[in-house]
Amino acid sequence: MFQGIVNRILMVIPVIFGVTILSFLLLQVMPGDPAEMAMGTRASPEEIEVIRVQWGLDQPLWQQYALFVRDCLTGSFGTSLFHKLPVSQLILERLPYTLGLTLYSTVIALIIALPFAIVAALSRGRAIDVAIRQVFVLMLALPPFWLSFVFIIFFALNLGLFPTGGVGNGFLENIHRLFLPALVVGLSTAALIQQSLRGTLIETMGADFIDTARAKGLTATQVFRRHILRNSLISTISVIGVRISWVIGGTVVVEKIFSVPGLGSLLIDAILTRDFPVIRGLTVFFALLVVMVNLVTDIAYAMADPRVRLR
Amino acid sequence: MPLLEVRDLVTEFRSSGGTVRAVDGVSLTVEPGEILGLVGESGCGKSATCRSILQLFGGSQGRIVSGQVLLNGIGDLAKMTERQMQMVRGKEASFIFQDPLTALNPTMRVGRQISEGAERHLGLGRHAAHQLAVDLLREVHVPSPERRVDAWPHEFSGGLRQRVVIAMALAMQPRLIIADEPTTALDVTVQNQILRLLAERRQKHQTAIILVTHDLGVVSEICDRVAVMYAGRIVETGSVDEVLDNPTHPYTRALLAALPSAAMRGQPLIPIEGAPPSLVAPPPGCRFAPRCAFATDMCRQGLPPELAARGGQATGHLDACILGEGR
Repeated sequence: MFQGIVNRILMVIPVIFGVTILSFLLLQVMPGDPAEMAMGTRASPEEIEVIRVQWGLDQPLWQQYALFVRDCLTGSFGTSLFHKLPVSQLILERLPYTLGLTLYSTVIALIIALPFAIVAALSRGRAIDVAIRQVFVLMLALPPFWLSFVFIIFFALNLGLFPTGGVGNGFLENIHRLFLPALVVGLSTAALIQQSLRGTLIETMGADFIDTARAKGLTATQVFRRHILRNSLISTISVIGVRISWVIGGTVVVEKIFSVPGLGSLLIDAILTRDFPVIRGLTVFFALLVVMVNLVTDIAYAMADPRVRLR
Repeated sequence: MPLLEVRDLVTEFRSSGGTVRAVDGVSLTVEPGEILGLVGESGCGKSATCRSILQLFGGSQGRIVSGQVLLNGIGDLAKMTERQMQMVRGKEASFIFQDPLTALNPTMRVGRQISEGAERHLGLGRHAAHQLAVDLLREVHVPSPERRVDAWPHEFSGGLRQRVVIAMALAMQPRLIIADEPTTALDVTVQNQILRLLAERRQKHQTAIILVTHDLGVVSEICDRVAVMYAGRIVETGSVDEVLDNPTHPYTRALLAALPSAAMRGQPLIPIEGAPPSLVAPPPGCRFAPRCAFATDMCRQGLPPELAARGGQATGHLDACILGEGR
């Protein structure tokens, strides 16, 4: 197991190296010059040139790339052109909100998805099952921005139960303040988990070892909890893992709407201002996060399923 | 008094092609300590009959339509609710499944799987349950049971896994074990070990066994009596010696003739031409008539013939052929 984890971490190195090259090259082909954007349209070419030299944009590509790699290795990921702060500092300030939102939404998703997946699987093919499926497909199909606005209008403005956005201090306050954005993200996660778990449950219910369990005279509840549910939840682990990797970088819209100062908002702002170091640093950081989430997923999977060993 | 008496059992399965009457009026008895062989081609209703006894229909939509399943001292299982059946399964009668590779839960240690039924029915604590699992593994000759009890199923070979499945079936010392082709998925050498294990159990504890198989060699080796099934019905039954040495139903004869034997070396095997009838809409009369070399017009009409004694003698040798002598 330990050796397996070490191997996985070593495998990350070439992946991250590839990501640095890609993110660097992508920015080169992106239209818009950061110095021009910063100085505005009224700046003279000479003034812009001064900024370009100051920011190192006049150097050859390979040199700029080497500097970028050096910044990544030292952990600063470069310095933001506009905030004049190390990118790593910007990321660390905002990371808790994004991670918090991701975990919060996943917890909400599990609370919603588990009972409905079980009910749907037990009443497979009947009206309840069909109704549940349609509601969950709808939740998956509704665009998050629309759902966000509906929730804001209904829960925040009309009922006054939640703030319309922003974050507060302390764990409990943020649980309250982040409920609506977490719910928006969590509903689509719930739909994914519900559909996959329902399918796995039905498949497992027909497995031979369920007959074996029943032949021992176990109660229906024991058979379900020990044999059907436990085995089915294992495959849910990978669904959650994939979804979390997506949510970490994919909550941009929801973060913006609910004014959550997370990595998504940071990325959008950086793109709008052509803050190259921040975009690059975030891209590499997102890649690192995704790889780490995958690693954690694999470890969790290996712990849950005795047949799987990390190698 | 028989341990188990099945009377006129009818079981149907709902499938996409219609309602399949997989068991159509099966009657059989099992005496205490007896091994009854249940033989027939694939799809003849052997497994469905066995599953009906304990109402274990798996993922399929099976249901007992009529008939009785009388277990001595317990009553008619066919009329029991699911909750009542849970008290019978494992404790009074247990089941051994065909494929040991899929019959075990891959995410539960084998010891726990062996003892969890007893935990519930006998109220065993964790320690007692663990000890029971070790004892049972020893009884089914799994080497170093103290160590193996905590293994996962995937760490076992097919033969070892089938031993685990048997240990499970023995856990609560049931009076009846239903073994649904317990050796079909195993190597020939392992097959013999598993069969010996079952025979040993019968010897020691007078446990009755229904052994489903399509291997007549197995029947002659360890069974006391045999019932031959064809298309959802029993066509011939009697002591193993009677039925195998002196078969009276054309289907049993054809089945025996189709077996390779040393005496027939070099000669082509004689297959039974045709295929069994559909159980969604079976033909009238004797089910075997369409494939039977001796069939007459009488055979192809009316209800399927009932089992009856041959020649009026009370040997217990019955067949379901109207062409038999003395009838």
